Amino acid sequence: MKTTQPRDKPNVIPETFPPPQISIWRHQHILDLDSFTKEEIDLVFEITDAMMEVLGREIKKVPTLRGTTVATVFYEPSTRTRASFELAAKNLSTDVVNLDIPKSSVTKGESFLDTLRTLQALGVDVIVLRHSQSGAPYLAAQHLDISIINGGDGWHAHPTQALLDLYTLRRHFGDLTGLKVVIIGDILHSRVARSNIWGMSIMGCKVVLCAPPTLLPRELDNFIIRCHLSGISKEYKLEAALQEADVIMPLRLQFERQQSRLLPSLREYIQLYQLNSKRLSLAKPNALVLHPGPINEDVEISPEVAHSAQSVIEEQVTNGVAVRMALLYLITRGKR
Amino acid sequence: MSEGILIKGGRILDPGQGLDRIGDLLITDGKITRFGDKGAIPPEGFHALDANGLIVCPGFIDLHCHLREPGFEEKETIATGTRAATRGGFTTICCMSNTNPPLDNRAAVDYVKAKAETQGTVRVLPIGCITKGRKGEELTEMAELAEAGVIAFSDDGEPVVNSAIMCHALDYASALGLMVIDHCEDRALTNGGLMNEGWVATRLGLKGIPAAAEEIMVARDLALARLTKARLHIAHITTEGSVDLIHRAKEKGILVTAEVTPHHLTLTEDRVMGWHWGKNNITYDTNAKVNPPLRTSKDIDALIRGVKLGIIDAIATDHAPHTLTDKMCEFGIAAFGISGLETAFGCLMSLVPDGKLDLVTLISKLTAEPAKIIGTKYRELGTLKISAPADITLFDPTKEWIVDSHNFASKGKNTPFDGYRFKGKIMATIFGGKIVYKDDSVKLEIKQ
Repeated sequence: MKTTQPRDKPNVIPETFPPPQISIWRHQHILDLDSFTKEEIDLVFEITDAMMEVLGREIKKVPTLRGTTVATVFYEPSTRTRASFELAAKNLSTDVVNLDIPKSSVTKGESFLDTLRTLQALGVDVIVLRHSQSGAPYLAAQHLDISIINGGDGWHAHPTQALLDLYTLRRHFGDLTGLKVVIIGDILHSRVARSNIWGMSIMGCKVVLCAPPTLLPRELDNFIIRCHLSGISKEYKLEAALQEADVIMPLRLQFERQQSRLLPSLREYIQLYQLNSKRLSLAKPNALVLHPGPINEDVEISPEVAHSAQSVIEEQVTNGVAVRMALLYLITRGKR
Repeated sequence: MSEGILIKGGRILDPGQGLDRIGDLLITDGKITRFGDKGAIPPEGFHALDANGLIVCPGFIDLHCHLREPGFEEKETIATGTRAATRGGFTTICCMSNTNPPLDNRAAVDYVKAKAETQGTVRVLPIGCITKGRKGEELTEMAELAEAGVIAFSDDGEPVVNSAIMCHALDYASALGLMVIDHCEDRALTNGGLMNEGWVATRLGLKGIPAAAEEIMVARDLALARLTKARLHIAHITTEGSVDLIHRAKEKGILVTAEVTPHHLTLTEDRVMGWHWGKNNITYDTNAKVNPPLRTSKDIDALIRGVKLGIIDAIATDHAPHTLTDKMCEFGIAAFGISGLETAFGCLMSLVPDGKLDLVTLISKLTAEPAKIIGTKYRELGTLKISAPADITLFDPTKEWIVDSHNFASKGKNTPFDGYRFKGKIMATIFGGKIVYKDDSVKLEIKQ
């Protein structure tokens, strides 16, 4: 099965690949965007462009990372992120091992590090890790020699999602500087929001976080100051937040937030914060609608908006594969 | 009885007596028997401990530590915990009730006392539970526990949620002449929180514990102490608001005392991100995971002010040893706690050259003040008075050392101070007239 691939395109990708600025890359792991510079994110975009070209081919597979093994280790269920990483890895001809760890084993006695060390000993080169505990990928990176890609940790970070969001914006807007992005909903518990706050701030966007106070971190202002983040603000009222918006990103509302009394009712949340056509019209005419998925239609977003011409939700998914190919390429490149 | 020891030429510092002068101290039969000017006591017949350049003070008293035995011997035992105490300069330690079984019955208290007698190297004073099984439902047989020798009642990490039960506990304990110690935390507000609710928790995506979770319980307990006129001691306070509440309560004459830990006086929430965190190298350091959590520099300023003004009476370690596996795991499931007996003094001394705290106040918070809190039953503790038990700590205020948890006597290597350079080191600890710890550099002439 492995050697029967047609050999007509032996080397990835255009002659100009990789671009010279690849020399600035210094990350062994992808843990969060807080450690990225604008130049590094631009580099990810460049490599992603090349990967998009691969994805446009009839045979979407290149031998670039043949002999590399990637393990996806998911301590939390996920379909799309897992599938996206798996396809990205396979498109680059890596071998992929998938591990689903049941939630019940996230307890003491069944050591997280032991599992990962075993994978390292088995010869895995890259671990893609999804974990319900914030910081788990940092623990892994601290104790292992191989590369860790954070596929989402607790409330903390989801850097590959943020990069694919940024890449999607770049394809539509070119330059991201000064774009007004409105992120709506459960910021407090959202790793997607946290990584996007870093990424968008680094890229010069203006980000408005819009949610009821119970779903915003109480210490948000202090966080913005201490982390020297620019362009981040908050707004409780959605109609006000949407004025002049270029990009709108409603977040998935977990139903447990109402159960834990953070919201009086789903009904009131929908009334105040659902992105519907009427509210969408308050933004700029060509404003884009992004969503990290999975969508609760009729909750944070109305179906007509989710499937409107302004929605790029499906494109985000496609771009996600290319971004993850680019990241796998960048962090394993040193070993090639 | 042990041989006499003459401690020669040290700076003798006993804040309880207002004593601070160079001199010699003689110990015989486990008691302090003579005090004199340098060279005034003839050395014949005694071992001689050279204390030149050292400060000689009463043995430290720790109002709050966890010895883990019985039940959690993999974390600590009475033998290892008391050895850790000697290395930290402590000669009396009060051990908390959250063992397994908990110290909610006479047999468990007797067990701890017997173990301490046979395997311990310092004085161990147990603290009994307020409620059976630390469940907050039914009072323990407090009178029997008092008879068994507990010095106070506390459910430790379990705050007594039911105010009526807490009220009964205060009433009942007051008749026994003992205090109630509360760990102040409103669990509904904490609700799975992992660190201070602040910018670091926001950055790291960790659930926060607001200052109000502590202050609400402090306020309630103060109201109950006023109502019952009983003796209340608040464990490990960490916030500016708690300092203010206790300040006001003391002005009103409420019988309250309070303690603070060395780590809450010196570390902020930032420490959770690692040692030298910066833009690119944050970590999730489980050794800085502690309950109550490390707070902010504003809180530290208030705590230090509280110590200076006497709003906070004592410094206690809340020594909470854990195994490596308890800590080497995801932050959210790691155990709360810091192994603190062996770093307490060095850590506290870092406040002295900064001018934040003067040495006499610091020593008083480790000796005379906690002795007062423990009460009259042990009134000879924390002093160098003639005929007091010869519990003595010698330290070098200028000696620098680097914390290395591998050298801890405690089984708990869980310290956020590993690798820190401290100035001020315990050089010898004497308990009941016996040298239980001595740095190799201290000269001891053995009587021929």
